[in-house]
Amino acid sequence: MGVEGIGARVVRKEDKRFITGKGRYVDDIKLQGMTHAHFIRSPHAHAKVKGIDSSAALKMPGVVAVLTGQQIVDDKVGNLICGWAITSKDGSPMKMGAWPAMAPETVRFVGQAVAVVIAESKNLARDAAEAVVVDYEELPAVADVHAAIKAGAVQLHPEAPGNQVYDWVIGDEGGTDAAFAKAANVVKLDVTNNRLAPNAMEPRAAIADYDSAEEHFTLYTTSQNPHVARLVLSAFYNIAPEHKLRVIAPDVGGGFGSKIFIYPEEMVALWASKKVGRPVKWTGDRTEAFLTDAHGRDHVTHAEMAFDANNKITGLKVKTYANFGAYMSLFSSSVPTYLYATLLSGQYNIPAIHAEVIGVYTNTTPVDAYRGAGRPEASYLIERLMETAARQLKVDPAALRRANFITEFPHQTPVIMAYDVGDFNASLDAAMKAIDYAGFADRKAKAKADGKLRGIGVSCYIEACGIAPSKAVGSLGAGVGLWESAEVRVNPVGTIEILTGSHSHGQGHETTFCQLVAERLGIPISQVSIVHGDTDKVQFGMGTYGSRSAAVGLTAILKAMEKMESKAKKIAAHALEASEADIVIENGEFKVTGTDKAIALPMVALAAYTAHNLPDGMEPGLKESAFYDPTNFTFPAGTYICELEVDPGTGKTSFVNFVAADDFGRLINPMIVEGQVHGGLVQGIGQALLEHAIYDASGQPVTASFMDYAMPRADDVPSFNLSHTTTLCPGNPLGIKGCGEAGAIGASAAVINAITDAIGKNNLEMPATPDRVWRTIHAA
Amino acid sequence: MYQTTYHRASSVDEAASLFAKGNEAKFLAGGQTLLPVMKQRLASPSDVIDLGKIKELQGVELSGDVLTIKAGTTYFDIMQSGDVKKAIPAIAHLTSVLGDPAVRYRGTIGGSIANNDPAADFPAALLALGATVKTHKRSIAAENFFQGLFTTALEDGEIITAVSFPVPEKAGYEKMRHPASRFALTGVFVAKTKSGEIRVAATGASQSGVMRVPAIEAALKANWSPSAIDGVSISASNLLADIHGTAEYRANLIKVMAQRAVKAAG
Repeated sequence: MGVEGIGARVVRKEDKRFITGKGRYVDDIKLQGMTHAHFIRSPHAHAKVKGIDSSAALKMPGVVAVLTGQQIVDDKVGNLICGWAITSKDGSPMKMGAWPAMAPETVRFVGQAVAVVIAESKNLARDAAEAVVVDYEELPAVADVHAAIKAGAVQLHPEAPGNQVYDWVIGDEGGTDAAFAKAANVVKLDVTNNRLAPNAMEPRAAIADYDSAEEHFTLYTTSQNPHVARLVLSAFYNIAPEHKLRVIAPDVGGGFGSKIFIYPEEMVALWASKKVGRPVKWTGDRTEAFLTDAHGRDHVTHAEMAFDANNKITGLKVKTYANFGAYMSLFSSSVPTYLYATLLSGQYNIPAIHAEVIGVYTNTTPVDAYRGAGRPEASYLIERLMETAARQLKVDPAALRRANFITEFPHQTPVIMAYDVGDFNASLDAAMKAIDYAGFADRKAKAKADGKLRGIGVSCYIEACGIAPSKAVGSLGAGVGLWESAEVRVNPVGTIEILTGSHSHGQGHETTFCQLVAERLGIPISQVSIVHGDTDKVQFGMGTYGSRSAAVGLTAILKAMEKMESKAKKIAAHALEASEADIVIENGEFKVTGTDKAIALPMVALAAYTAHNLPDGMEPGLKESAFYDPTNFTFPAGTYICELEVDPGTGKTSFVNFVAADDFGRLINPMIVEGQVHGGLVQGIGQALLEHAIYDASGQPVTASFMDYAMPRADDVPSFNLSHTTTLCPGNPLGIKGCGEAGAIGASAAVINAITDAIGKNNLEMPATPDRVWRTIHAA
Repeated sequence: MYQTTYHRASSVDEAASLFAKGNEAKFLAGGQTLLPVMKQRLASPSDVIDLGKIKELQGVELSGDVLTIKAGTTYFDIMQSGDVKKAIPAIAHLTSVLGDPAVRYRGTIGGSIANNDPAADFPAALLALGATVKTHKRSIAAENFFQGLFTTALEDGEIITAVSFPVPEKAGYEKMRHPASRFALTGVFVAKTKSGEIRVAATGASQSGVMRVPAIEAALKANWSPSAIDGVSISASNLLADIHGTAEYRANLIKVMAQRAVKAAG
């Protein structure tokens, strides 16, 4: 590796602008004649909209328009879609209620928009919004899956009887029942995976600009996947054909999944900009983020695991209720099915698995993919089950895991996934060594003498990343392919622009993607720039989520690089009067191997563009593009072990040590990987200890600000001890698995396993707040 | 935020006369409560009168057995004050666990007690130490100053100028932080005055705001030690309950924080 090549800890190029306040986010953009939108949102979880009187508001200063849900329906703007079709066990398609961008008749969660005020400033729009009178007729509401599925519960959508979206199954029910019938031991567990609010640092925002002469829209938006946004807005929402719609996602301040989806606010901004004939800007505030950004998780699960007399797992049964909120968000249907149940084999040899997932509507904010998306729920369930099993079977939890590890690859699980490679013993060994697992008993005894309850918790996670082979996901119901595209442009002076369909909103692509170029061409990364986030510039892209940007997006860049290098070698060979096969690329030069003959990259580029002396029949220019479709998911895996102390007087948890041994395949920039792991671990710990998006029984959100919703702060988390054990992914030429979600997937179980070990009681729900832990300690 | 008129007062007298002229005026101290509430459009004062630049409201004085903290002194300055650390280190400790650095740089003792949030830290210190609240009109004993949730003895337009604390023989403050807001989920301030009186005040716990805890005071009067509190029973009735802490948990915290505060007091 070179100093800036693959594997180098290169300082992030993009940080100069971010830490000096020069980032350019959607809210920083101001267009000539721009108006400002403020949404009028339902204060009720479930109500009929009987009427909207905007006459007073229209007379207020600076008001341009007040637009309602009925108008957007009348203008035939399409309802929001869900892009992954799931089929229930009885063969019926999933049952979806209509989701208009603003509600014309019925609101189904607190925060759903019924109208929008467009005014000369945000403040004037807010003033006028207070003068709009909405006449609601309140209806009964259901806020959790238990209430929603009860007989006689209020029905959210006529299309979905019993508030049920689908009842989906995977695996072999008969084989699993047979395994349980023969089991020596059965371990049972009920688990709730708490609902989370994603809370990206930058709230969502949109600016829509309609050009009536060209009948063309430009949308600046906080998106993780601007091309997907354009596709959906064009193909389904009837906004404009794709060639008349440009979507720009400039600097975006975090997404964690919540900015994958196309939301009503972007649709309304586009529609309204045409209606009022001026640009329309909307920037959400934090409360709107809590109310309307798609939430994550929210599962209620009963699971049972069967063991034989040798403590080998023989079967797994899972029944999960997934709360989807009031509407089916863009990829929501896939999260508790193909992103969850397909990972239920964990790192273990489990001969028979059967899982049933029931999707449920409730009067709450829609739920969709949030960092990890289904895989944290699966990993948490399996790792809590393994810990519970170890306690019940009275064996060491690490040893029980080891005895059941998959050790031969490739491995076909009973739930679709075929693991390509891994070494689960290596990561478990590394983590146990790093935390001095053997010395724990002594440390626990010492802590006890100090009045503290010390515990240790193991979590061996696996995830499926590098999303995803298009043919495979298509066969499972996905509405899109999940390849990635890239373009390499070598400019006539030899500098390079990489255009990528991946989108960086914190991941550091502007550095890591350049490192691939530096590695291959031996040029400094300062000679390379990354272009992304603009549908007018980048040919196409599926965006960034599911830890896919390196495994899929960077591989697409590699494929384009290979094409470009092949052409450049031909030009160099022609100029050097050598055989193309003898040309090697080193330190920015094309050399004839074994000689001192060389031509520098800028001269090759210049030759390509002057075209004065190219090989016969060669087109001028040096620019290549590629589409890359992966052949399989990638399978990052690892072991997290957490050691902590619980204060029996207060129930408060304090970390002693937290070790992470991850296998991400090849690392491009270890420093950035560490940052990703740190962030993921903090989110996992946040779920375990602090975070919970709560609704009361009437569907009112209780946690709609940071005064109530506890986000993890620096002093809530330990300093992490990270290491890597590496098996290269055979599925892509760089051997990359992906690192963006692992921390959030594996951390929660380690924390809860450690707390329950400390307090000697196995049943403890997340978040393990001091109050909850204290009550569990002192429960009879 | 609704439109408002901002005034920067240069003296307490000017602030008072500006207030009298205003329609629905509000004083602005550190702005840690008023400004967020205004941004959320939950308050719409006609006039905002900023007390932050009034010199006579700044500073700490130690005179004999009385520590006086002027109302506009920030938590950070209180935390850093040599006089505070010397006379009543428990107050320096209290400010060090109050909010976060941004809050400590802006928030003031006067603003805190005028707002009288039921989970604020300073009301517990004033009540336990038997402090006196000085306003531009009069002096009010802490006992009479705090009158329930967000309610004080202050009259309309009355400006707190200082708080004076009798220096105790010993004092301690321990707090369980609210996981989200970092207010006190429950905090307990214990003090033994130089005349031997034991005073214990809890914040964040009661439905009626900061309160004395007579049962713990009695136990500590008999025996000033953490273990003296072991047998005390705190009733959960009339205690606050929310998603971060049940009433029973807060009852437990009153005991546990009191024990730790006694230990810290020495």
